[in-house]
Amino acid sequence: MGREIVIPFGPQHPVLPEPIHLDLVLEDEMVKEAIPSIGYIHRGLEKLVEKRDFKNYVYIAERICGICSFIHSVSYCQGIENIMEITIPDRAAYLRVIWSEYSRLHSHLLWLGLFADAMGFENLFMTAWRLREHMLNDMEETTGGRVIQGSCKVGGVRCDISNDKLASMSAGLTAIEPELSEMAGVFLEDETIDMRTRGVGVLSKDSAWDLGAVGPVARGSGIALDARMTGYGAYEHLDFSPVVISGGDCYARCRVRVEELFTSLDLIGQAITMMPDGDIEVPVRGNPSGEFFSRTEQPRGEVVHYIRGNGTKNLLRHRVRTPTTANIPGLVQMLAGCELANVPVIVLSIDPCIGCAER
Amino acid sequence: MTIEKQTTVVIPVDLLLDEVKKMHDAKYRLVQVGCGQFKDQIEINYSFERDLVFSNLRITIDKETQVPSVTDLYHAAFVYENEIHDLFGIGFFGISLDYQGTFIRTKDKHPFYNTINKEDSLRPEEEGS
Repeated sequence: MGREIVIPFGPQHPVLPEPIHLDLVLEDEMVKEAIPSIGYIHRGLEKLVEKRDFKNYVYIAERICGICSFIHSVSYCQGIENIMEITIPDRAAYLRVIWSEYSRLHSHLLWLGLFADAMGFENLFMTAWRLREHMLNDMEETTGGRVIQGSCKVGGVRCDISNDKLASMSAGLTAIEPELSEMAGVFLEDETIDMRTRGVGVLSKDSAWDLGAVGPVARGSGIALDARMTGYGAYEHLDFSPVVISGGDCYARCRVRVEELFTSLDLIGQAITMMPDGDIEVPVRGNPSGEFFSRTEQPRGEVVHYIRGNGTKNLLRHRVRTPTTANIPGLVQMLAGCELANVPVIVLSIDPCIGCAER
Repeated sequence: MTIEKQTTVVIPVDLLLDEVKKMHDAKYRLVQVGCGQFKDQIEINYSFERDLVFSNLRITIDKETQVPSVTDLYHAAFVYENEIHDLFGIGFFGISLDYQGTFIRTKDKHPFYNTINKEDSLRPEEEGS
């Protein structure tokens, strides 16, 4: 038996875009236990809800995360709309789907780039981020913002996309699909990536279920869990089935995200084809009184916004359970028993977003 | 637009483990455990899902109440129970992975307890604005 030592991992580490601290209890090169702690970027955003008008708070909800920002604003607005029994126009629901799926595309491409970079695959990193620029450009041209859009509001959306622009977006995505396929082939078939990810950080289907895993972590362990299956927004009208891969290792989680790129392209195409004409917002009168757990699917998994109002313009409570929080128990289990050298790849494989987790 | 039906059942804290066990035996997934302070009371919601149906169990307690941990049934709850302890100061007994207040590093102890600005959040003249 080797000597037991504790190595701090993070909060600053080359593979961590955001700070999380892990105390790694090692025996020789083997991790026996990982003890997480967070709190470096806690902003108290949930408390701000008590000070801000519920309509203006959308801007704060969107800033919980700088990557899945738009879907946070959708989740928040959807919660308020359920409490106030507001039915948004169909066109607004379809526009929300389009921007949500663009968010997923740019988030997955960002993660794929970071994942490649963590393995020292610089060219693949640059390829993923170059393709991501296409998504960000479309977001900027349609909302004015690259990562913070500000286009979602209680009662609908703030801006429309003309049918001509929708057609050009559709053509642009069709044109870029072969490049995405070429990049996907490298992630899924390259021998080096295979060796670094296959059989590493395994989370079985039963463990993923017991540990409350969500998003690509759950789907990479063979669980068909995706909040889009609930049919929120316009998803109920779209042909959708989640990407589910068995294996439960880093490769499976990578494969889920790669294949979800094409699911998102398909969903955007469907939404553009089925886009109804009409208004993009309805007037909102009064204040929310009641509570609702609003669930949506972010790139990293299911997010839950709990919203509670008492009939005044300030909400009583806004609590957000983010996918990264839900995936921490799974991460702790994946790390127990792994080699120290595999820790960065395993940590990155859950696509941790600490900004989300801490709010 | 589909509006999701959600149920919330309020239970006394002594029945918590029995009720959570029923959810566990019925193969419900633990979605989250969330906490909030409303006036002097603390509410903890245990959210579950099965076949896309969303259900909640809710307990209402005061800050001194020790809450039984549900980690023996749902191990994932250790994250939420440690978070609630660190932010609100609620004690859980029987927790399978207790980080002893070191999970969330905060400058002030229990920063979410008793920091509600009740005047702002409950100001009656703002109704209808």
